[in-house]
Amino acid sequence: MRTSLADLRVGQSGQIARVDGNGALRQRLLDMGITRGATVRVQRLAPLGDPIEIAIKGYNLAIRRTEARSIYIEH
Amino acid sequence: MSTEPASIAESRAAGRLARAAIAGNPNSGKTSLFNGLTGGRSCVGNYPGVTVERNEGLARFDGRSLCMVDLPGTYSLTAYSAEEVVARNFLIDQRPDVVLDVVDASNLERNLYLTVQLMEMEVPLVIALNMIDVAERHGETIDLERMSAVLGAPVVATVGNRGRGIDDVLRACAAVAEGPHAADVPRVTYGHPLDEHVRSLAERIAADAGVCRRYRPRWVAIKLIEKDPDVGQEVAALAEDPPGIAEAAAEAIRAIETHSGERAETIVAEGRYGFAAGVVRQCVRRRSLDRRRTTDRIDSVVCHRLAGPLILATVVYALFVVVFKLADEWPWLFGRSPSEWVNWAFDSLAAAVGGLEAVSPMLHSLVVDGVIGGVGGVLGFVPLIFTLFVFVAVLEDTGYIARVAFVLDRALRVFGLQGRSILAMIISGGLGGGGCAVPGVMATRTMREEKDRLVTMMVAPIMNCGAKLPVYLMLIAAFFPGVRARAMFILWALSWAMALAAAALLRRLVIRGAQTPFVMELPSYHLPTARGVLRHAWQRTGMYVRKAGTIILAISLVMWALMYFPRMDVSAFDARRAALDPDDRAFAERVTALEAEQSEAQLRQSVAGRIGTALSPLSRLAGFDWRDNVALVGGFAAKEVIIGTLGVAYSMGDVDPDESTSLSERLAGNPSWSPIRAAAMLIFVMVYAPCMSTLAVIRRESGSWKWPLFATAYTTLLAYVLAVIVFRVGGAFGLGA
Repeated sequence: MRTSLADLRVGQSGQIARVDGNGALRQRLLDMGITRGATVRVQRLAPLGDPIEIAIKGYNLAIRRTEARSIYIEH
Repeated sequence: MSTEPASIAESRAAGRLARAAIAGNPNSGKTSLFNGLTGGRSCVGNYPGVTVERNEGLARFDGRSLCMVDLPGTYSLTAYSAEEVVARNFLIDQRPDVVLDVVDASNLERNLYLTVQLMEMEVPLVIALNMIDVAERHGETIDLERMSAVLGAPVVATVGNRGRGIDDVLRACAAVAEGPHAADVPRVTYGHPLDEHVRSLAERIAADAGVCRRYRPRWVAIKLIEKDPDVGQEVAALAEDPPGIAEAAAEAIRAIETHSGERAETIVAEGRYGFAAGVVRQCVRRRSLDRRRTTDRIDSVVCHRLAGPLILATVVYALFVVVFKLADEWPWLFGRSPSEWVNWAFDSLAAAVGGLEAVSPMLHSLVVDGVIGGVGGVLGFVPLIFTLFVFVAVLEDTGYIARVAFVLDRALRVFGLQGRSILAMIISGGLGGGGCAVPGVMATRTMREEKDRLVTMMVAPIMNCGAKLPVYLMLIAAFFPGVRARAMFILWALSWAMALAAAALLRRLVIRGAQTPFVMELPSYHLPTARGVLRHAWQRTGMYVRKAGTIILAISLVMWALMYFPRMDVSAFDARRAALDPDDRAFAERVTALEAEQSEAQLRQSVAGRIGTALSPLSRLAGFDWRDNVALVGGFAAKEVIIGTLGVAYSMGDVDPDESTSLSERLAGNPSWSPIRAAAMLIFVMVYAPCMSTLAVIRRESGSWKWPLFATAYTTLLAYVLAVIVFRVGGAFGLGA
């Protein structure tokens, strides 16, 4: 079963398997280092549960849940 | 400050000046390094046609000069964002003699992604490993020589905000700029099979003289494989054989995608990151794993579910209170506040030219109401804007502003806004205790997403600014005296409701399109330096005075003329004055009354008065007569003018906005006024046209006249519709008259 980044709980981590989506958004995710094989960890959620903060490639990034759903993870 | 560009232009024209472009990620300390290099002598402008800021300055060392251009901070060089297009077009079209790439040494891998793209462009590079102290504190050692060999460019360690490494950077930049362009720069290797496809496509493109006149073939090859839309179009326009190149590119993409089962642009990005990871592996010893420990500790409180919003509310409230108290209210500077000093200076100036009235009343009015009033209006905002930007710079430089966006994003997204919009709304008056849309609109500068920023600018002026408050207080005192606090609270809540509803509507109807993806770095916290913060605030303030100031001055002269001309024939009033008996006990009173009546007649006669009269058939639907209309026209100059103009229109002479009790009594006693007319007026004043100072700033910040004009049109229309509804519905329930 496919797990997306939005399904991970705080503190969980995994490796990126695939990035869906198109155009500007996808390019932006790639540019920010969300590439296949990279390890990603969910650091915390914003007070309303969205966006989420992730740690990737040694720095932290905030993304919305909608965007996180297009990033697939393998444990 | 303003002499710099001329000297730069002169030196460049003389062919003496080498030019360096500074590239780098946001949060890499690029700006503080730029300021360190130029000693803060820079001029801020805009790139033509876009609202992206452009900083240019002169760096001097060893008796030589280097012109430094600070490119916008970017993570990449794609065609998808204005900043990135500006940066890459500058590199292609202007061909700087050297590109200084500022790299955050404590966040190396992601920062090197941009370095890789600069290498792809084959620009002469110097790498500044900035914030090296942070990396060192975490126990990391970076082998500079090794890195220099791998990247094929000098690598210099710097600490931008402490001034460390500045001379080394300048020396390296000068050497690269003056030296021969190295023919054999190391190529980026992406791995098999991308390398082979890039090479063969580059060879195909190198054979096409049309493309090579402007671009480097290898870069075009990579960009075509990446499916960059802009480069695709450029090749189609420039190439001698566009279909041939397009076919070769499509062939390469097909081969890569069949081989990898992934999209070609993914393979390119992965190749770049692979190269960056390789550089880190080779050059960094003892990578530390807990380098974000302090930042994470702070964030676990600052972004906490309960504590986070509380801290945010406290910070924003403190910002609001401190900015307005410090600039406007507290008399901490030799007995006056900075704003009071500015007003005092202009009042004194106006008094000093009082003798002019005897010579020429028109000239006196022009100088006092037009010029001194206009310049005073511009400079009166300076203490406020400067203080605001000091605090915004602190929020930006520490990294807290990214947390504001993170915490509030979900709540404001519903209305088509984003977390950072909150700053603009609060500063514009969102707390209910005054505020100002001029610094509010300028506070949208912290937003990178163009659409969100525009929507915020369009609705921020609806908030209850400090100039609307005296109008509210006067009307409430007249018609709702028993429920003052409640009325003010309702007005506060209404302004938020109106602004948020307007934002949601604008987002659906006018500034449409998907919201910019919210993918935002949460940088490590840093201690800002006083020098950096003050310099930032000073530059922004200077820009306001130069750019917005000229527009405000021009409009205030026009407004003066509208209220002053044409003059009426005063002989009838002169005759009546002459007929007054000086021995009458009430003589002085009668003269004052006569002068007030004359002012009213003159106002009605003026262009503004005529506009007010012409609009009255329309405004009657909302309960307003020509007097209200002319006051509202005057309010376009500044909202507090409404009270003074109403005073004149009701034959009371000029009323001081702070002491409007007499006007309140006059309106309350006037049979044509009613609570419902006052309510319609209140809602109209809240929503209608931003004042001219705000418009000037919107013009400046949005880069075109389209947006200030739109803001005026839509708010006035909305205000009118609301006022009519209030007046009609209220009237239907018998609340009128």
